[in-house]
Amino acid sequence: MDDKTLQSNVALTADQLRNRRRRNFAIGLSVAFLAALFYAITIVKLGPNALRPMP
Amino acid sequence: MSMLGQDSSRLDAAIIGYVSGPREFVSLLKPRVMSLVVLTALAGMLCAPEPIHPIIGFASLLAIAVGAGAAGALNMWWDADIDALMARTRSRAIPSGLVDPGEALYFGLTLAFFAVLTLAAAANFLAAGLLAFTIFFYVVVYTMWLKRSTPQNIVIGGAAGALPPVVGYAAASGGVTFDSLLLFAIIFVWTPPHFWALALVKSRDYERAGVPMMPNVKGPSRTRLEILVYSLLLAPLGVAPWLTGLGGRLYGAAAIASGVGMVVMAARVYRTREGSPATTAAMQLFGYSIFYLFLLVALLVVEHGFGLIERWGL
Repeated sequence: MDDKTLQSNVALTADQLRNRRRRNFAIGLSVAFLAALFYAITIVKLGPNALRPMP
Repeated sequence: MSMLGQDSSRLDAAIIGYVSGPREFVSLLKPRVMSLVVLTALAGMLCAPEPIHPIIGFASLLAIAVGAGAAGALNMWWDADIDALMARTRSRAIPSGLVDPGEALYFGLTLAFFAVLTLAAAANFLAAGLLAFTIFFYVVVYTMWLKRSTPQNIVIGGAAGALPPVVGYAAASGGVTFDSLLLFAIIFVWTPPHFWALALVKSRDYERAGVPMMPNVKGPSRTRLEILVYSLLLAPLGVAPWLTGLGGRLYGAAAIASGVGMVVMAARVYRTREGSPATTAAMQLFGYSIFYLFLLVALLVVEHGFGLIERWGL
């Protein structure tokens, strides 16, 4: 049985479906937070230079 | 639970694999250990002579905390077999079947990678390198090698737990100095009496799992003596930051008083050897050692974070 057939034949319980939803949500939130954190770090590192026009 | 449901072509997911929620994954990070790591790293960061930008400081602390959590997850992945044999660790996420071991491994590796990357981006390569070394030391040197092979496991392995303030200091200042090494030394010397107090009580657990902790290998008497010796070393070492000017008067007074407390508790463990009073003495030392380290580190955070030394000479 290949992976695709196996996946389509797996019956998740209500608990497992809820866990999967929560896990996906947590991963999404973490990625969004990491993007925001790296943006903030970049702005801090650039400092006042971020506002200066390119020569 | 049946392997096949009503429809025989559909397989039961409980048999096929795990679908763990975020809570189970968070438990892999050892949140209580993480909180002490955050506090010690913060102390290191604030003790650095150069002030750190709040956002950089926050990102660095987060990276150190996640790095410590990743090391905890990898430790649980490797130790799942012995965790299942010990009452203290039996209910952890992997041995209790809440998280798939493979998922725990990838979870730990992913977090470790992003933690080191974030610290390199936010602070500097030295701090990131030290964090990577800390994770490596805890997972490979301590967990995979020392833990199951020598009663000195937590003595040498304690270096991993002692490094967070050095990482925090390096994140703020870009260097490693005597001050940060002093913080390292305090936690390093604190680790053996802390863990051996617990090991005295849980020695049967460790014996069942085949972990060569000091009480199982050298016996309770030798363990009690070593606890006392390390506590006698720790008490003056805890006062040293006050003598070097890293800690203020408030820190100095608390370090002297709580250091005396540590020695008194260790002496009680040394003297009380039989029955439930011996267990009580060991567990009291275990609890007190957490309070002791928490107090010293929290005072450094308060003194440096609120500028008590500069403002009031405290």
